[in-house]
Amino acid sequence: MIELAGLTKRYGEKVAVNNLTFAVRPGMVTGFLGPNGAGKSTTMRMMLGLDNPTAGDVRIDGKHYAQLKDPLKYIGALLDAKAMHGGRSAFNHLLCLAQSNGIPRTRVHEVLDTVGLTAVARKKAKGFSLGMGQRLGIAGALLGDPEILMFDEPVNGLDPEGIHWIRNLMKSLAQQGRTVFVSSHLMSEMALTAEHLVVIGQGRLLADLSMPDFIRQNSRSYVRLRSPQRERLLDVLHQAGVTAVEAGGGALEVDGATSEQLGELAARHQLVLHELSPQQASLEEAFMQLTAESVEYHAHADHQGPAPDGAPPSGQAPGRAPGQAWGAGRQQPRKGK
Amino acid sequence: MTTPPTPQQPQAQPQQPQAPHAPAPAPQPQGAYAGAVAAPQGPPAMVPAPPPAPAAPAPPSAWQQAMNNAYTSPIPVTKTNIGHALASEWTKIKSVRSTVWTLSIFLILVIGIGLLAVANTQSDDYQDVPFTVPAFFGLMLGQICLITLGVLVTSSEYGTGMIRTTFTASPQRYRVLAAKALIFFVVAFVASAGSILLVGLMASGAHSGPEAGDIPWAGSVFKGALYVSLLGVLALAVGSMLRHSAGAITTMLGVVLVPAILPGFLNIWESTAKLGDKMADYNAINSLAKIFRIDGIDSSSTGNSQLVLLVVITAAAVAGAFALLEKRDV
Repeated sequence: MIELAGLTKRYGEKVAVNNLTFAVRPGMVTGFLGPNGAGKSTTMRMMLGLDNPTAGDVRIDGKHYAQLKDPLKYIGALLDAKAMHGGRSAFNHLLCLAQSNGIPRTRVHEVLDTVGLTAVARKKAKGFSLGMGQRLGIAGALLGDPEILMFDEPVNGLDPEGIHWIRNLMKSLAQQGRTVFVSSHLMSEMALTAEHLVVIGQGRLLADLSMPDFIRQNSRSYVRLRSPQRERLLDVLHQAGVTAVEAGGGALEVDGATSEQLGELAARHQLVLHELSPQQASLEEAFMQLTAESVEYHAHADHQGPAPDGAPPSGQAPGRAPGQAWGAGRQQPRKGK
Repeated sequence: MTTPPTPQQPQAQPQQPQAPHAPAPAPQPQGAYAGAVAAPQGPPAMVPAPPPAPAAPAPPSAWQQAMNNAYTSPIPVTKTNIGHALASEWTKIKSVRSTVWTLSIFLILVIGIGLLAVANTQSDDYQDVPFTVPAFFGLMLGQICLITLGVLVTSSEYGTGMIRTTFTASPQRYRVLAAKALIFFVVAFVASAGSILLVGLMASGAHSGPEAGDIPWAGSVFKGALYVSLLGVLALAVGSMLRHSAGAITTMLGVVLVPAILPGFLNIWESTAKLGDKMADYNAINSLAKIFRIDGIDSSSTGNSQLVLLVVITAAAVAGAFALLEKRDV
């Protein structure tokens, strides 16, 4: 278990991580989510004792990282796939790590086998593709068979096969009872792996809750209606006290009523419906709305264009109301900011 | 793993911004959600039940349970010590090509130039200088190789990002630096003492005629090797402080060459002439020359004070490297 208490990191005037308090619990994959520049990597570096916090505290099973005598047996971390000397072979890279923690040499062969790099064990790391480098980094993380694993953006730059592999690996590690903490700026990726979410933006904690709760609290559900008798439908809806919003292609989007209610309403007024479908905003959108205020690097040039990184093409985001920009939540004043 | 005290509840939710369209019913998601919803149903034993109230963390009992079920590794826990760090650094230094290259060039320079000098000297040339003098010429150039290697031992880890992996594996940073310095010093000392000894043996074998004075030369093997190895350790400390290979190598070349060049200027003015003389006496090249008794065995300068100065400077640089090591982020 990793516990953070009031963790803060300042670089001069700029606050990179602001008073973070949360815990990473064993037996599940905890997703650490935030837009670029939110402070994810800085937080992870502080967890590993690489950066000194300006204030606050991180404890691994109650101990400071620097107090761990053989940290690889507690924590395996993949911070950066290229955090290795390119001139060293994969085997020697892992061997020098193993020796520093008193891990037997046989274990190096085991982890190389686990990540599927046995065939290239004697090749230099600089000749490795991004995916192979990532696998070697993960082999290093698994070396001490640790109970806690941390991965910083593990799927970045991987091909679908590699992404699939990492996903399953993380899930199986969590199933063995380990603590798995994985950062990403892609909500869609987290949706497939994480059971618990910690969301930060501009160094502040925005959410710390389970995935189903996150979905429940942060995504909008609505019903999409299409009818040839559009004007009459609007009247009927208006009389029923339901607000409908125009969507593209003659469709209407209705909040606050179930599809059953709307279908029965239409039937009572003998309206023809061509479409009656419940919709839910994507998780990606929920994440965008949560962090909209705290995205550090906005793409300002084109407001209709693709949203900041990680956003799906607009076609995949059925929840977006017409004319409503990604950053709509930005205008909403929120307390506690 | 120790059972933790009653876990602290994570801070209450810092405000859950509601989606603009308020009611969020239907906890039965679809489409994109399928995976997300399926996930929590994974390992029932380990996963604390999804909290009943939105945003409330799992109750402590569930945590405790999860902690008790947490993974324990079959690999035995060992208390690491400097021995582990030395083994690791030894693997590191021998598993990259730059070590092999710089050391090979060093040996070629010292032994090659030494043998050339041996071949072009006569027995009477060794009348009042030790047999190791031929090694001095190669050593003047060869010391640059040891400086480069010393810098690379530390700075290459920063340049490649390896240092983050290293310090994650060994958070006792001082131990890592101590192991690096020790391993490097032993490697440099063995290589330089071995090559000086070899050249000395060649010279004494080839020029053992009656004209050669029987000058003792074991001291120059030891002191010469010590001098260039310390120069390498100084470079290692500078590399650790500057964290940049090119910058550190340039700095070290300055340390070696500037005091050899500057006296030429400083002697122009009377006020700086004294400083110029000191520099001329104590620069790295002259120091080596004194250690090898180039001026003749009767000369009063034995190179000992030069060696002491280098020991002091190296100790100061290593202390600086240790002091900065713990403070800085990597």
